[in-house]
Amino acid sequence: MCLAIPGEVVEVQTDRPDLAQVDVGGVQRLVNVGLVLDEGLEPGDWVLIHVGFALSKVDEAEAKAALEFLESIGQAYADELEALAESNID
Amino acid sequence: MRFVDEYRDAEKARALAARIAALCEPGRQYTFMEVCGGHTHTIYKHGIEDYLPETVQLVHGPGCPVCVIPMGRVDDAIALAEQDDVIMTSFGDMMRVPGGRGSFFDSKANGADIRMVYSPLDALKVARANPEKQVVFMAIGFETTAPSSAMTVLRAAAEGLENFSIFCNHVTIIPAIKAILDSPDLRLDGFIGPGHVSTVIGCRPYEFIARDHGKPIAVAGFEPLDVLQAVYQLLLQLSEGRSEVENFYTRVVPWDGNRKALQAIGQVMELRPYFEWRGLGFISHSALRVKEEFASFDAERRFSVPGVRVADPKACQCGEVLKGVLKPWECKVFGTACTPETPIGTCMVSSEGACAAYYNFGRFSRERVKEATRA
Amino acid sequence: MSSDHRTDAPPRDVGEQRSADWAEEAVREAEQAEQAEQAEQAHPHGRGRTIREQDVLDRIDKARRRKAKVKEERITLAHGAGGKATQTLIEAVFLDAFRNPLLEPLDDGALLTVGDTRLAFTTDSFVVSPLFFNGGDIGDLAVNGTVNDLAVSGARPLALSAGFVLEEGFPVADLQRVVASMKAAAEAAGVSIATGDTKVVERGKADGMYVTTAGVGVVERPVTLGAAHAKPGDAVLVSGPIGDHGVTVMLARGELDIVSDLASDTAPLIGLVDTLLDGVPDPCSVHMMRDATRGGVATICNEVAKASQAAIVLDEDALPVRPEVNGACELLGIDPLYVACEGRMVVVVDGGAADDALAAMRSHPLGEGSRLIGRVKDDPPGLVLLKTGFGGTRIVDLLVGDPLPRIC
Repeated sequence: MCLAIPGEVVEVQTDRPDLAQVDVGGVQRLVNVGLVLDEGLEPGDWVLIHVGFALSKVDEAEAKAALEFLESIGQAYADELEALAESNID
Repeated sequence: MRFVDEYRDAEKARALAARIAALCEPGRQYTFMEVCGGHTHTIYKHGIEDYLPETVQLVHGPGCPVCVIPMGRVDDAIALAEQDDVIMTSFGDMMRVPGGRGSFFDSKANGADIRMVYSPLDALKVARANPEKQVVFMAIGFETTAPSSAMTVLRAAAEGLENFSIFCNHVTIIPAIKAILDSPDLRLDGFIGPGHVSTVIGCRPYEFIARDHGKPIAVAGFEPLDVLQAVYQLLLQLSEGRSEVENFYTRVVPWDGNRKALQAIGQVMELRPYFEWRGLGFISHSALRVKEEFASFDAERRFSVPGVRVADPKACQCGEVLKGVLKPWECKVFGTACTPETPIGTCMVSSEGACAAYYNFGRFSRERVKEATRA
Repeated sequence: MSSDHRTDAPPRDVGEQRSADWAEEAVREAEQAEQAEQAEQAHPHGRGRTIREQDVLDRIDKARRRKAKVKEERITLAHGAGGKATQTLIEAVFLDAFRNPLLEPLDDGALLTVGDTRLAFTTDSFVVSPLFFNGGDIGDLAVNGTVNDLAVSGARPLALSAGFVLEEGFPVADLQRVVASMKAAAEAAGVSIATGDTKVVERGKADGMYVTTAGVGVVERPVTLGAAHAKPGDAVLVSGPIGDHGVTVMLARGELDIVSDLASDTAPLIGLVDTLLDGVPDPCSVHMMRDATRGGVATICNEVAKASQAAIVLDEDALPVRPEVNGACELLGIDPLYVACEGRMVVVVDGGAADDALAAMRSHPLGEGSRLIGRVKDDPPGLVLLKTGFGGTRIVDLLVGDPLPRIC
C-alpha cells in the first residue's frame, strides 16, 4: 500500500511513451508512467514509484516549501533557545 | 537520496518535538490513529515515539491490506496456486501469510509454482513467457495499488493475452475508517492520513471525518519528519479548536487525486457489495472485484475457489488491536503463541502490522534502552 | 462453486466454516508451556491486575529461550536464509542430534586441538543462482567464503577441499570458467585445493552446479575468538560498505528488472585479518571476527549479543552503505542490515583498541571503508539496538527468513 519511492526520470521510451527508465539512487528500472503523462514528462523530472508504476510527479516547488517550513520551525526553535540562553545571563 | 534524506533530519526533529511538547495541554491525553501500514512501519523503524511526550499516543488502525485478508481467501489463493497448470505470482508481502492450512511458502515447499514479483507488470512477463501455463496475479493493496492492477489488466487485454488473470483482493480505506469511527469503544483525537492512498483518491474523501465526526486529519508522507509534522499539525488544530482536512504531503498528493488512476480502477473494477476484513468482520462496499467485461482476467471466474470461511482462533484479539483499543503487547497471545515466526493473527502476519512492527522494532523497555543508548 | 461475495446481501449465516487447526494448537501449546513455567507466580493476565509492558517483555524473553522446535513439516526457503528459521532448524535438528563440545559454540569454524597445535575446521556449501554475476561467480564465493571462515577464526588457511555436484547438461565451458575462478581465488588467498569430489545428478537438479567445501587452518596466534567473547565496552567495527553482494545477486536474477553497476564484494579476508591482528598492540583485544554472509550484519550482531548475553547498540548514521545498495533497498523495501556480503567482516574489539584496529583495517585495500558502527553494553542482554539517523531508537531482531521485497 505504502511503499513508494521518489525516482528521477532518465529516459522516456520513444516507442512506448507510457514507459520510462527511472533512477533511484543509482539503480534503474523501467517504470510505467501512464498515470502521470497528463502534464508531460521529461528526463530530470521526479516521480513517485509504487510497484513499477509512477503514481504522481514530485512537485519540487512543494517539496522545497515543505522543507522551508520545517526549517523555519527549526530556526524559530534555535532563536528561542538563543533568547533563553541570553535571558539567563545577567 | 533526494526527497528522502532531507526528511530524516534529526535536528529538525528536535525542533518539532519541542513545538509538540509546547502544544500539549497539561493533564490531557492525546490519541492519534494512523491507518497505513507504511506509517506504522516508519514510526517504529525510525523510533519516532522517542520524540513524543508520553501524553501523545499513536495507535495503529487497519492500514495493512495484507493483514486484513481473511484466512479463507488465502486458502482460495493457495487452491489456485496448487492447480497443475497455474503459476501464481505474488508480492513478497504475501509469502508468509498463513491461511487455514499454511502459507504461500509452505505451498511452494509442497510443489506449487509460486513466484515472487515486484510489479504486476512482471507477472505479465511471466504470462508472455509461459503461454502453455495459466498465470494468476495475487492482487492486494488499498487504492494505492489497485490502479496498477487495473492498468495491468488493460495492458493484458490490449495484447490479447489469454493466460493471465488476477485474484482481486483490493480493499478501500474509507469504509475501514468509517468502521473505526463508528466503533463505540474508541477515543481518538485525530488521524494521520495515509499518504500514498491519497495520491490516488485525493483528500476530499476524508472530509466526512472532520465535518461529521469533528476530528482533524493531517495527510502525511512516510519519512519520519512527515509523521512528526503531522502530529504537530494535529495538535495545532486541536489547540485552535479546528477540525479540518489538511494536506502536508503536497509534494506528491494532489487535493483531487489522480484522475487517470481512478478512471483505470473504474474501468476494470467495481465495488463488491461487502467483503470480510480479518479482525473487523464484514464491511459493505469496502473491496473491489473485476468487472464482467473483463471476466477472462478474473481468476475467481476462470477457476473455482473453495470459498470457505476460516474463523480466527478464539484467543486472537486482532480486532481490538486493529481498532487501536488494545496495544499489541496487551493481547494475551502476543509474543508467546503469536510471534513473527508463528503468526496467529493478522497484526503479526505482515511486517507492517502493528504487532509485528512492535515485536520487531519496538519491543524494549524505554528506561533500560535510554541508559544503553546514551553515548 | 465460487465464494459468498457474488450475492448481493451480507451473509446472515456464514455458511460452511472451518477453524485453523494449527493456530488453535499453537495457542494451546503456548498456554501449557506458560502454565508449567509459572505454576507458582501470578499470571500476568491474572484477574484484576493491569498488564505491565515489562511483564510482557519478560514473558516474551522466556518464550524465546524455550527449547527450539521445528513446527513445519517440510523445509521451506526460510530455513536456508540464516535467520530465525535457520537457527531453529540448526538447534532443533542438527545440534540436538550431533551435540558435542566442538559443535556447541556454533562459530564459523570448529576449533580442534592436536597436541600443542590449534586447528580451525570449517565447511560451507554454495548454491548461488545465477552462477555468474557482476564481480564474481560461484567459484570465487566457494574459495573466498571458506578462506574467510578460517581467517575470522584466527587461522592461517592450510588447505581446502572442493566437492562438485553437477547437473546433467551443464556446459563444460561454464565448469571450466568456475574452476579458473577458483584457481585464481586460491592463489590470491595463498591456499591450495588439496582434495575434491565430483558427482553428476539428473537434469533438473543442482541448478547447474553446487559446490561444497571444507577448510583447515592453523591458529598460530594466541587469540580466543568467538561470539561469546564480547564484553561491555567493546567496539563493533565493519570493514566496508554492506549489502553489495546480496543486492548484486538479487538484481542478477533478472526477475526484478532492476539494472545497476553494483558488483559482489567477494574477496579473501586473510590479508585484512593479518593486518588487523598485527596492527593492534595485543591481538587478544580482538574478541570476535565474523564474515558477514547470509543474514547480513544484523544477524551477526544478534548472534554475538545472544552468545555473550550482552547488548549491542548500533549507530545508523555510521553504517556504510553504497548509494546504489540504498536505492535498490529503498525501492524493494529491504533493510541493508540483513543483506548478505561476501567480503566484509564484523569485528568486536576491546574499546581501548578500537582506534588502532580501525587504523589497521583502513590501511589495507579491503578495509578502506572500515567504520566503527556500534558498542557493546551490558543491558538489555541479548538485544541489538539501533540509534536511528532520525534520533530515535529501535531494536534490530533476527528476521524469520530472507528479507523479502514488500509493497506495503
